Amino acid sequence: MYLVLLHAFSQVSTKDTSTYKPKKLKLDEINLVSSYYNQTADKSAVMGGIPGPKGIGDVTDLANGVELTFVSWDGKHRKNSFTGSFGIDYHTAASQAFVDSNGHARNNGTRIYPTLDWTIENEKKGTEFGIGLYYSAEHNYYHSKGLNASFAKKTNNNGEFSLKVTGYFDQIKMIKPAEFERVDSVKNVAPTDSVVYITTASGRTEALIYNAGGLINNGRSNTLIPSKSRNTYTTSLSFSQVINQRMQGSIDMDLVYQNGYLGLPFHRVFFNNGKDTIENLPAQRFKVPIGLRLNYFLGDHFILRAYYRFYIDNWGLTSHTAELEVPVKITPFFSLSPFYRYYVQTAVNYFAGYEAHSSTDSYYTSNNALAAFKSSSFGLGLRLAPPKGVLIKNLSAVEIRYGHYTQTTDLVSDIISMNLKFK
Amino acid sequence: MKSQVLMKYCAVLLAGLILGSCAHVRAYQKSRINDSEMILANRKVEKNEINAQTYREGSSGANGGKTGGGCGCN
Repeated sequence: MYLVLLHAFSQVSTKDTSTYKPKKLKLDEINLVSSYYNQTADKSAVMGGIPGPKGIGDVTDLANGVELTFVSWDGKHRKNSFTGSFGIDYHTAASQAFVDSNGHARNNGTRIYPTLDWTIENEKKGTEFGIGLYYSAEHNYYHSKGLNASFAKKTNNNGEFSLKVTGYFDQIKMIKPAEFERVDSVKNVAPTDSVVYITTASGRTEALIYNAGGLINNGRSNTLIPSKSRNTYTTSLSFSQVINQRMQGSIDMDLVYQNGYLGLPFHRVFFNNGKDTIENLPAQRFKVPIGLRLNYFLGDHFILRAYYRFYIDNWGLTSHTAELEVPVKITPFFSLSPFYRYYVQTAVNYFAGYEAHSSTDSYYTSNNALAAFKSSSFGLGLRLAPPKGVLIKNLSAVEIRYGHYTQTTDLVSDIISMNLKFK
Repeated sequence: MKSQVLMKYCAVLLAGLILGSCAHVRAYQKSRINDSEMILANRKVEKNEINAQTYREGSSGANGGKTGGGCGCN
């Protein structure tokens, strides 16, 4: 009896196991996003805004991207997220064929764009730091490197401030329309090499090197084509706030400064005297877009997602964007989201249509993207996210979205996109 | 033009009024706020659609997409 009582009151010291242990890096989420885009348009920038068959701006684009997110927790209980993505687009563009004046240039191309991002979140302090890298090689004429850094801080009352700085450093190969390439006479007897770049009927851009009147190299690489740089610096400021149990909103503002070659070397401009040239735009641009978002959960089945953006820049362009999307929750795991977007912009100071520019103008472009126009788009999204997955457990959500877009410049496009989310 | 300026100022004023009238919402009251379709950002499925707008329109930014550069766009 005595021994039982002793045992009952005996205390065994146990080791404290409540110490936090870091968690190793693990794959948290995979997103696959694919889209097919089809556009019909007229008055393409490559042909200086000319209407008719030569000005066709029909485009198709097949875009595919994969994004992987890895998460780990360090010894200080901070969440580290590593996200890597890779995108590849294949496009056809009818206007691209007219880089050669007879319409025989290559009319398709490929773009690849990998990114890497790392964020570290301290839930206790409500802070988050991040850095990211970006690269893009677009067809055979555009290469871009980018990097960014960000900081976010939560407030005590369900708000959050964030700051992000981004830089893009682009190189544009100066592939001009064939008729603007310097053609030296084969009788040139200058001792130095002279180089001619031509866009051939096969769609290839070649560098032909002449010396002392003779062709010494018809090298098919494009390494001799000069490039010009374009730099973009952006500071992004954002504030979001939970307003009540059903509503939250945010304000986003970007301060954007660009310098360098801000046009494209194969965009033609036709003057009112019938002569043509390549568009010429200022070497600096300053932009300020401001966006407002407001989301409201109406009743038990409807969500109102509203977005408005005001934009202004120092090229004279101002625009307004208004969009409303209304997800309808048919069940908690299945929703349909109709949406409508309206957009209106003024023209930049340097825009004029086909054969409307004067040869005495300092800057000139006939790119309809910089013209005055209105556009509207509408469509429908579908989202399926059952708790046990779609067909398989790890496929946690499927989203499909269709949009139809029209501009008053006679551009019409359709896009269908799909996102598969694996957890 | 005047209506556009007025629309701009009304939007900013409305935003200020709404954001300034916030209620304190506790974690257990956020079931609707935390719904995946209440997120204050574009969906991933919209990414390529926004890229297309960047190429076809003269303005960009303030929507999580590109603000210029990084592509052969405006």
